[in-house]
Amino acid sequence: MTNTAENSTASTVGTTRVKRGMAEQLKNGVIMDVVTPEQAKIAEDAGAVAVMALERVPADIRKDGGVARMSDPDMIDGIVEAVSIPVMAKVRIGHFVEAQVLESLGVDFIDESEVLTPADEAYHIDKWAFTVPFVCGATNIGEALRRIAEGAAMIRSKGEAGTGNVVEATRHMRSIRSEIKRLGTLDEPELYGAAKEMRAPFDVVKEVARLGKLPVPLFSAGGVATPADAALMRQLGAESVFVGSGIFKSGDPAKRADAIVQATLHYNDPEVIAKVSRGLGEAMVGINLDELPDGQRYAGRGW
Amino acid sequence: MSATPTIGVLALQGDTEEHLAVLRGLGVDAVPVLRPGDLDDVHGIVLPGGESTTMSKLAVRYELMEPLRKHVREGMPAYGTCAGMILLADRIVDGAAGQETVGGIDMTVRRNAFGRQTESFEGPVAVDGVDGPPFDAVFIRAPWVEETGPDVRVLGQVAHGDRAGRIVAVRQGGLLATSFHPELTGDPRIHRLFVDMVKGQA
Repeated sequence: MTNTAENSTASTVGTTRVKRGMAEQLKNGVIMDVVTPEQAKIAEDAGAVAVMALERVPADIRKDGGVARMSDPDMIDGIVEAVSIPVMAKVRIGHFVEAQVLESLGVDFIDESEVLTPADEAYHIDKWAFTVPFVCGATNIGEALRRIAEGAAMIRSKGEAGTGNVVEATRHMRSIRSEIKRLGTLDEPELYGAAKEMRAPFDVVKEVARLGKLPVPLFSAGGVATPADAALMRQLGAESVFVGSGIFKSGDPAKRADAIVQATLHYNDPEVIAKVSRGLGEAMVGINLDELPDGQRYAGRGW
Repeated sequence: MSATPTIGVLALQGDTEEHLAVLRGLGVDAVPVLRPGDLDDVHGIVLPGGESTTMSKLAVRYELMEPLRKHVREGMPAYGTCAGMILLADRIVDGAAGQETVGGIDMTVRRNAFGRQTESFEGPVAVDGVDGPPFDAVFIRAPWVEETGPDVRVLGQVAHGDRAGRIVAVRQGGLLATSFHPELTGDPRIHRLFVDMVKGQA
């Protein structure tokens, strides 16, 4: 991997280690979608490790339709002002100018997200060109490794955002996890074959085979609505979770946010998950995916 | 102190795994600490990097804050990186409202002093008492030490740039803290120093 600080004695910003290191610091913590400074405060008070600033949560993007874009800089500034934890924000796939804008606003992490309407049908953003780290979604190992090759410092499952339905995130986590395991069993010629099959650079494929995990943190996102959902993702190998519409589309956001933080941490302790799951009020209603027309599926965006 | 100490790594949030890996590489029995009782079985504790406000909130909620204070006060060696340095500070500046710390090191630490993530950087830092070349130190939304009491030894400062001279590594008795993250670079020298401190050999 490129590392501009190698052989250098001066201080260097935006190195691979600084970007991936930032992602490592977020592990075990919950990242919550927020649309107002007030929600950002609620998330911070509940123990969120970072907030994702956006104009509409995915559930509303689905409802409203139309083109979904980067948020208004005023709105992002308002959230950056309101909290002291890291702030993330989303750009459209391939929209490197939106990314330049967010970097200039001082956001701490950019999500190149399929939840927004893609801006480029062929290419994702060259993420090495930025100082700010990026997280990208993936449905399988090939997609994850292509994003890492483009410079992503964190990978998350895509899931199917804004549905409150965790089934797609489960599929993506299981797929990524089993492919990582398979890579570990292959010899060198087979790894060349796997790289070709996965349409991913050989050196990244080989690194994953050697490490037995991705070289960047793997989180889960898309459809997490309950504490048990969050714990399910952790037990399937996610190092932590993003919660989008699930919190602020529910009956008691502060309580649910707190419960999801606790379940994410104590994901192997059913007693804790049972305790925090009590009396949470209504969860977001949710959408059955077989009722969702193909054109409204976000997970298929990106390549 | 036995030849092979057990060292705990606070596992509430952050890069716990990286610390466990470095410590295990040094032949230490390293275990995550998630519940108050876990502290009774360790000879030293590492407070990892992560988000200090989140870690502090979770420590209070899971009733780890008081036990941590008690053990540190009674002499358990502790090493904090980044957020962990903030947790070991007696005083913090720019913390969240009501942010609590474990304390123990007589210093004032400024949270996020080096700026937001786009200003995070890596650069060389020589650490007093650690042999070899300067550390390739990785700073992530990192704090610095603004002021130290008479018993605190300054071990390292930023070498270059407009932040040159800022204090980023300190020690007071059995307590050690760095603004940067040696656990991210695979350089085990500071962890080795800490293990020696736990063994009572440094």
